[in-house]
Amino acid sequence: MNKLKILTKGFIKENPVLVLVLGTCPTLAVSTQASNAIGMGLAATVVLLCSNIAISALRKVIPDKVRIPCYIVLIAGFVTIVQMLIKAFAPELDEQLGIYLPLIVVNCIILGRAEMFANKNTVLDSALDGIGMGIGFTLALFVMATIREILGSGTWLGMEIPVLIDNNISIMTLAPGGFFVFGCLIALVNKISKGKTIRKDDFSCRGCPSAAACGKLKSAEGGEGSEA
Amino acid sequence: MEELMHFDFKGLVIILMSAVFVNNYVLQRFLGICPFLGVSKKLDQATGMSIAVIFVMLLATAVTWPIQYYLLDPNDLGYMQTIVFILVIAALVQLVEIVLKKYVPSLHAALGVYLPLITTNCAVLGVTILNITENYDFAASMINSLGSGLGFFLAMVLFSGVRSRMEGGDTPEAFKGLPITLVAASIVSISFFGFAGVIEHLFS
Repeated sequence: MNKLKILTKGFIKENPVLVLVLGTCPTLAVSTQASNAIGMGLAATVVLLCSNIAISALRKVIPDKVRIPCYIVLIAGFVTIVQMLIKAFAPELDEQLGIYLPLIVVNCIILGRAEMFANKNTVLDSALDGIGMGIGFTLALFVMATIREILGSGTWLGMEIPVLIDNNISIMTLAPGGFFVFGCLIALVNKISKGKTIRKDDFSCRGCPSAAACGKLKSAEGGEGSEA
Repeated sequence: MEELMHFDFKGLVIILMSAVFVNNYVLQRFLGICPFLGVSKKLDQATGMSIAVIFVMLLATAVTWPIQYYLLDPNDLGYMQTIVFILVIAALVQLVEIVLKKYVPSLHAALGVYLPLITTNCAVLGVTILNITENYDFAASMINSLGSGLGFFLAMVLFSGVRSRMEGGDTPEAFKGLPITLVAASIVSISFFGFAGVIEHLFS
């Protein structure tokens, strides 16, 4: 695969949020304000880039059986570094993101990319994939936050929108608005691509690291649970 | 001992109720969305998953709370919280699985499939971290975890009912599958706003 394609596929074609449907929790929670969305997106991108590079560099060293715990430790390490940096240089952002900052550890995008891409590809390719996916995540978050912030509070990145500021639909910034806008955006992506994106008859688990266990759940009931 | 027995009963009830209804983990805080959307199709699966989540949440809180206050804080290692907690949860889930498999095979048959899914469930890590940031004492932490787990259970069961009704509905082509599920989740989430005032005036 050529390098440019690896970088750009995350933007739209394989957008982690809208097409692969990974990392739904932070997407819904943080997208109330466009500025938060950018902050969260950048933080996740940095973690994704570092973890992809590290995991790809160590892919021959890490034994296959304990790879998930190893990845989690690596990712948690990078998240802690990012957390400390944000606390030191952008304390307001830390306050806004709150619990969702440490929860980047369990963001399925990061573990998913490690499992799907970084442990099979070279360091350079993994780095490009990390950047591309990170930008795709930020982009999706930003679009969603823009819709929710403009409709919900009548502002955008600190600017006030003339008419909407007096007629805001405050439910858009609350939880139901998040679910609703996210559903509509995915429907829009389906509509535009006319089903050319991966068909989601069911909830897409392709990139989820626990897909193996989940698949077992769907095929056979009461079977033996195995390690994810 | 006297101190211990004399805990604030009203406070605990309020914590429990608000964790279940007002700050519902799935519908208001967006934690654990993946299993909420992925495993809520059938009622029995939704129930099994939720019971496993309640179990692991309680266990994880019982272990991580002492670790934070007796191990990390005295040694100025508070910044290790994220790494330590996720490792403890992952190890705990593995341990529970092994123990259940060996000693309680019937329970393992029922819950075993759901356990691996829980390691990367943000609701479990979320509840352990929130207990620390909210400065809850041990009893309050356990109650908060129980409430969060029950809230997850309530949301899962309610939503699996909504989804089974939706199966037969005539949805537009683009909305089929996940999008309509999310729109339905949004409506279920609105219904939980009704609880907002109830808890505040529970004892007045």
